[in-house]
Amino acid sequence: MARTGVPPFERFYESHKSEVLVFLRRRAGRDRADDLFQETFLRALRAYGRLEHGEHLRAWVLTIATNAVVDAARRERPTTELAVEPAGEDVRPAVEELAPLTDGLPPKERAAVVLRYGYDLDYDAIGAALGSNEQAARQAASAGVRRLRKEKEQR
Amino acid sequence: MTPIPTVLDERFRAAAAVSGDLDVAYDLLDDTPIGSLLVGVSERGLCRVGFDPEPELELERLARDFGPRVLRTPKALDLVRRELDEYFAGRRQAFDLELDLRAVPEFHRRVLDELSRVEYGHTTTYGTLAARVGSPRAARAVGTVMNRNPLPIVLPCHRVVGASGSLTGYGGGLDRKEWLLRLEGALL
Repeated sequence: MARTGVPPFERFYESHKSEVLVFLRRRAGRDRADDLFQETFLRALRAYGRLEHGEHLRAWVLTIATNAVVDAARRERPTTELAVEPAGEDVRPAVEELAPLTDGLPPKERAAVVLRYGYDLDYDAIGAALGSNEQAARQAASAGVRRLRKEKEQR
Repeated sequence: MTPIPTVLDERFRAAAAVSGDLDVAYDLLDDTPIGSLLVGVSERGLCRVGFDPEPELELERLARDFGPRVLRTPKALDLVRRELDEYFAGRRQAFDLELDLRAVPEFHRRVLDELSRVEYGHTTTYGTLAARVGSPRAARAVGTVMNRNPLPIVLPCHRVVGASGSLTGYGGGLDRKEWLLRLEGALL
């Protein structure tokens, strides 16, 4: 592995390209998915040199894909209120602050909390990232938050 | 896994090649007369020529030396491919390529600089190269520099032989060294 733990982009791209295309087809339709595919990976490439570690790359690229979908929809319908809140361009610092706090959570709840409040992913994307669905993602995140509150009260 | 359409894959790689966002663009040349080669370029120039590439290791090494944005982009290697093809066909004696040696330590760079002056069809010895960089007793160290040469063929370490005229060694194997020297007419 490279010193930073960030794999060479070729590996990252090969590992995620298929899933990103499926994700984009589902979110934006087959016709638009091709353009968004290129847009997503060019954005990822642009940001890739700033990654400090190689964790959560799947969630990271799905966040970028989500943003690409949102931006494309906005270009097409500039006045429409969007259901999906776009995540910021660089969402990693939030994740770094959040990750240690959620160490004690069960893996699925932890991932859902980090992706929701760290990566700013919507529940549909979190469901995709976790290999489940929107509802399961929502439940996992709220269960995680409840557990964190309880732990805080007991401390 | 859903296979992604080839055209989509090629389009992205071509776009990435001209994006200016790559640390290293590389390609695998599978059909050279001396087997498969991995060649890589950075924005500064040619940064890797590797024999019998094990992509997994090579990519990690490129990422470590130049940055993680390493992608296979055949289009970005067109010039390198053409010059190598011409060389292998005996139609080119020197390469007109910018070289990126920033990952090479200072002593190695001095030796490689001297090496680059050894002309097509000629040979020199480890000891002679050592003397030229001002370290006449460093023949063994020069051997190490040759062994770690990141740009074999283009920086012609195959033209360096033992004092007795024996081929001695080659990072890509002695068969290749012999083939290259025969190509250049330095070996009968």
